Amino acid sequence: MSNLKKNRFIDQAFNVLGMLFTFSGILILVILIYNILRVGFTRVSWDFLTSLPSRRPEETGIYTAIIGTLDVMLLTIIFAIPIGVGAGIYLEEYAKKSKMSSMLEINISNLAGIPSIIYGLLGLGIFVRFFNFGGSLLSGSLTLSLLILPIIIVATREAIKAVPSSLKEASFALGASKWQTIINVVLPSSFGGILTGVILSLSRAIGETAPLIVVGALAYVPFVPHSIFDTFSVLPMQIFNWTSRPQPGFAIAAAGAIIILLLITFIMNGIAVYFRNKWQKKLQ
Amino acid sequence: MKIKEKIIEILLKLCASITILTTIGIIGVLLFESITFFKNISIIEFLTDTRWTPLFSEKHFGILALVSGTFLTSAIAIVVALPVGLTIAIYLNMYAPKSFRKTLKPILEILAAVPTVVYGFFALTIVTPFLQTIYPGLETFNSLSAGIVMGIMIIPFISSLSEDALYAVPKSLKLAAFGMGSTRFQTAFKVMIPAASSGIIVSIILAISRAIGETMIVAIAAGQQAQFTLNPSIPIQTITSYIVQVSSGDAPQGSIEYQTIFAAGLTLFLFTFTLNSISFWIKKKFQEKYE
Repeated sequence: MSNLKKNRFIDQAFNVLGMLFTFSGILILVILIYNILRVGFTRVSWDFLTSLPSRRPEETGIYTAIIGTLDVMLLTIIFAIPIGVGAGIYLEEYAKKSKMSSMLEINISNLAGIPSIIYGLLGLGIFVRFFNFGGSLLSGSLTLSLLILPIIIVATREAIKAVPSSLKEASFALGASKWQTIINVVLPSSFGGILTGVILSLSRAIGETAPLIVVGALAYVPFVPHSIFDTFSVLPMQIFNWTSRPQPGFAIAAAGAIIILLLITFIMNGIAVYFRNKWQKKLQ
Repeated sequence: MKIKEKIIEILLKLCASITILTTIGIIGVLLFESITFFKNISIIEFLTDTRWTPLFSEKHFGILALVSGTFLTSAIAIVVALPVGLTIAIYLNMYAPKSFRKTLKPILEILAAVPTVVYGFFALTIVTPFLQTIYPGLETFNSLSAGIVMGIMIIPFISSLSEDALYAVPKSLKLAAFGMGSTRFQTAFKVMIPAASSGIIVSIILAISRAIGETMIVAIAAGQQAQFTLNPSIPIQTITSYIVQVSSGDAPQGSIEYQTIFAAGLTLFLFTFTLNSISFWIKKKFQEKYE
């Protein structure tokens, strides 16, 4: 075989290999979803969604876990969004190029790389023990808020960076102050980008299990939390617990709960992608 | 008016400083509990003993047993994710039609959005039984299945970040290589990969760091037995899954079991912190090569 032919052959072979790997990645995703639907689909029913957890796998449900997930999501929104967006605005609009601001930047990128279970240990040491909040909804939500803060900050900065400076200059020229410009010009035009980041970070937060186990979320909670100081469970906790049990009935229940969790995750990601596309079009 | 502006700036600055407090909090909590731990257990035993049995009556505190489990599952994950992820990155950048790249990349990124507890379920109930049909000696809990599934999870990290790095290489380099009569394969391996090497290395380091810190897949599928071994077919325990095991029970504050999870956490933190710092350094050093 001549050199030329050999090179063309290698080139084509790699093309096929690349296609194969790319599609097997997608195929694995399909296999995963198919198998979970096959095992768990029959288990998903109104009863399953509205029943309390039980020792009997055929009677058990995810009511407390779903409510817990929604509570955690709500509290995390309350804690993480104002602080994350505020920090993003500060770093992009106020912080001067100094040692301090570059230290803040390095620190944030480092925080984003810390494993989630370490955040759990932070929550255990600070919120559960030091502030004595115990294994409560409050401790769990505060821990998850710290975990997703770097994602929100980075997304906010990216979105603000994309706002054309002509808009800001026009606002300043009309006599607006810095804060007026931020509130009336910068935030409205970066809203889509910030929203995308916030939704993606929340979707990450509701899928987290490890930090909540460490903070003390429970697998078996027979009642819906009434205050932020009550114990709680979330969907991933419930799935983890059922997966660890030997009875096959619990594996089916776990698959049912996974369907609900994946549904929430995918819907949130879908909404995020929708807003991103809409916002990018508007900017152009 | 002026005062209001000033107050707002201070409030925003407080928001930003919470990130510094988080870092101080993490290091503080880990060090505080670890120091009490190392008052009772010698650091030599911690680093050299190969048995880790704090929950048994005969207690040993050799972190190597957990480190070997962590190393084993991460190595399997990287062996799966590196060739596949890099090939996908090169394929999407050099071979695939533009429309393909635009639709396939986000679909692959869904793999990274699936909650890890779901992957754990997948590893235990689908991948392990499948592997057992090929390799009957495989135990129900093993690092092979957990490692492979973890590899699948981190494929998009490597493929997306490496593709971004390849995409950032100036078009002129690619066109020059084509102009000299190179095939796409030659251009990819002789021009593009060397030019994008810093970005690709960063993506690999981040993937390793991600694998080391991954918790739920190993906690569900790899077992709960700390063993100093490199045998992928038997149950092992990683640093992360040990922390999960103790946290799922009820270790009273101040007990030695309670302190061990912070010592283990400190070890994990040092590993990932080192890897993240290296990747940050590479990024800073080589970032502006072509600008």
